Amino acid sequence: MSASPENGVVILVKGLVSAFGDNLVHDGLDLEVRRGEILGVVGGSGSGKSVLLNTLLGLKEPDGGTIQILNAPASLDGPGRRDALKGRIGVLFQGGALFSSLCVRDNVGAPLREHTRLSALMIDRLSDMKTAMTGLGTEVGDMAPSDLSGGMRKRASLARALALDPELLFLDEPTAGLDPIGADGFDQLILGLRDALGLTVVMVTHDLDSLYATTDRVAVLADRKIVAIAPVAELERSTQPWIHTYFLGPRSRAAGHFAQPKA
Amino acid sequence: MASRRVPLTGLELEGLGRIDTAGVFAMLDMGGLTPQLLASPPIASARPDLSEMAALVSAARQKIATAHKVRPAPQFDLLMRIGERVEQTATDAFLNLAFYGEMLAAVGRLIVRPTRLRPAPTVSLIERVGLDAMPIIAAGNFFVGATIAFLGANLLAQFGASVFAVELVGVSVLREFAVLISAIILAGRSASSFTAEIGAMKMNQEVDAMLVMGVDPFDGLVIPRLIAMLAATPLLTAVGMAAGLAGGLVVIWPVLDLSPQFFLTRVVQNVGLRHFWIGMSKAPVMAIAVAAIGCRHGFAVGGDVEKLGRHVTASVVQSLFAIIVIDAVFALMFLELNL
Repeated sequence: MSASPENGVVILVKGLVSAFGDNLVHDGLDLEVRRGEILGVVGGSGSGKSVLLNTLLGLKEPDGGTIQILNAPASLDGPGRRDALKGRIGVLFQGGALFSSLCVRDNVGAPLREHTRLSALMIDRLSDMKTAMTGLGTEVGDMAPSDLSGGMRKRASLARALALDPELLFLDEPTAGLDPIGADGFDQLILGLRDALGLTVVMVTHDLDSLYATTDRVAVLADRKIVAIAPVAELERSTQPWIHTYFLGPRSRAAGHFAQPKA
Repeated sequence: MASRRVPLTGLELEGLGRIDTAGVFAMLDMGGLTPQLLASPPIASARPDLSEMAALVSAARQKIATAHKVRPAPQFDLLMRIGERVEQTATDAFLNLAFYGEMLAAVGRLIVRPTRLRPAPTVSLIERVGLDAMPIIAAGNFFVGATIAFLGANLLAQFGASVFAVELVGVSVLREFAVLISAIILAGRSASSFTAEIGAMKMNQEVDAMLVMGVDPFDGLVIPRLIAMLAATPLLTAVGMAAGLAGGLVVIWPVLDLSPQFFLTRVVQNVGLRHFWIGMSKAPVMAIAVAAIGCRHGFAVGGDVEKLGRHVTASVVQSLFAIIVIDAVFALMFLELNL
């Protein structure tokens, strides 16, 4: 099977090995992401979530195994990769990674300016539209990224990730640092955009509420592999100790309902 | 909303492949096509994605319809920029004075209580600013000394006084060049790194973290750099002097056939310690200027990466300018003092 639109597999990872010197981060990791789903990726600190994300984005060369994204190999160096995946992938980096020397409008318009031949006016209007789509006011367009709050920066960065209407969207901790209301708004935004634009979303997150609200399936990274990949409801029933603690531990949603006061 | 310029009877969707939000945006731009129309049963059943996208895009589009950029008239633009620049310069001058005042106060606190000095960063900075710069400073001065010797030997030969090339090398290296070359290299090497380090720390909120922790950034960042520069510059100048004289010696020996012993004896007898001390006396002043300007620009960084780049440039340029001005002031002073 290959990662092609026909059979509904967008990302196909087989036997991925990632290593930093002697430190093996991934060892024979397999992952399959289906078209149109929102996949959450969870794992303890240092379990290699960011490394996986960077590898999928092609920023890091895998030390073994194969990766196919939208039917193209996931490497920034590979011939044809840039053309094959140009504009088909969007990323929301954890800190936003907005270009600090450009205003928000130019940031959002940057991919359009690079990859399309639209007029400057049209690019400005489109980037205003994308900015508005993510729930920001239009007055933000003229502001510098350093003048924005953390949540606004995330939204502006999401607008930039969506600028070329990608098929595949990567989100790195999208709700980290947002207040619960803002985080909930962000979840709804992701869901709405997925439904309207037919996005496939891969989301690294630690936000349990976000996992419950948005994801179709969750992949659990532990012991250098994906140890489980299933809807949250199913993972709650898992007997694997780490997963059990993650979803049913003292900070879980269930804790509020099931915890019994000690007599 | 969109005016019905084109009477719309139907929509041909058969040849339509993938459509993105920009395409829907353009469709809505044409007028005549409303999201309600795109959501009507025949279209919605044929292309549900189009209907959903139209709702999303038109909602966002309505928000931007009212937005306008306010731009000043071009004839005022120039005036505004001049005004902004004047205000900026005045503010900068004030902030510079404030910074140097605070730095002096920090030095005062250090003198009152020397235990405030942080030995670990100071020593590591001395290594980085001083020891690591030694090869480049020695090489730079060596070649300057050699060049002066070469020029001197050739030019003075016309007057039959080529032996005075030794004095020329001795005086110019000890009095001017060693300290000047060393300080210029330090300005390029250290002022820029001070600005970049402190600037990056400011952007990363590390300076704020220090403040909240109760660590005075002047104690933690500025004083170690100041002390390191004060310690390193005179030593580097001495190295530069030795290298410059060596450069002169290496040229004069074969060109004029004067032995190294002769060269050194002549330098000691005819040039003497006076020029050495004059050169040395400038070193600490230049060190303070480079450290202060480097740190000052580091703290002025804020916000974006472009500002960081601009302040690193400014710190090097201003340090070089300060070094040249300091040298000129010293030259005038020593002239008046007949030294």
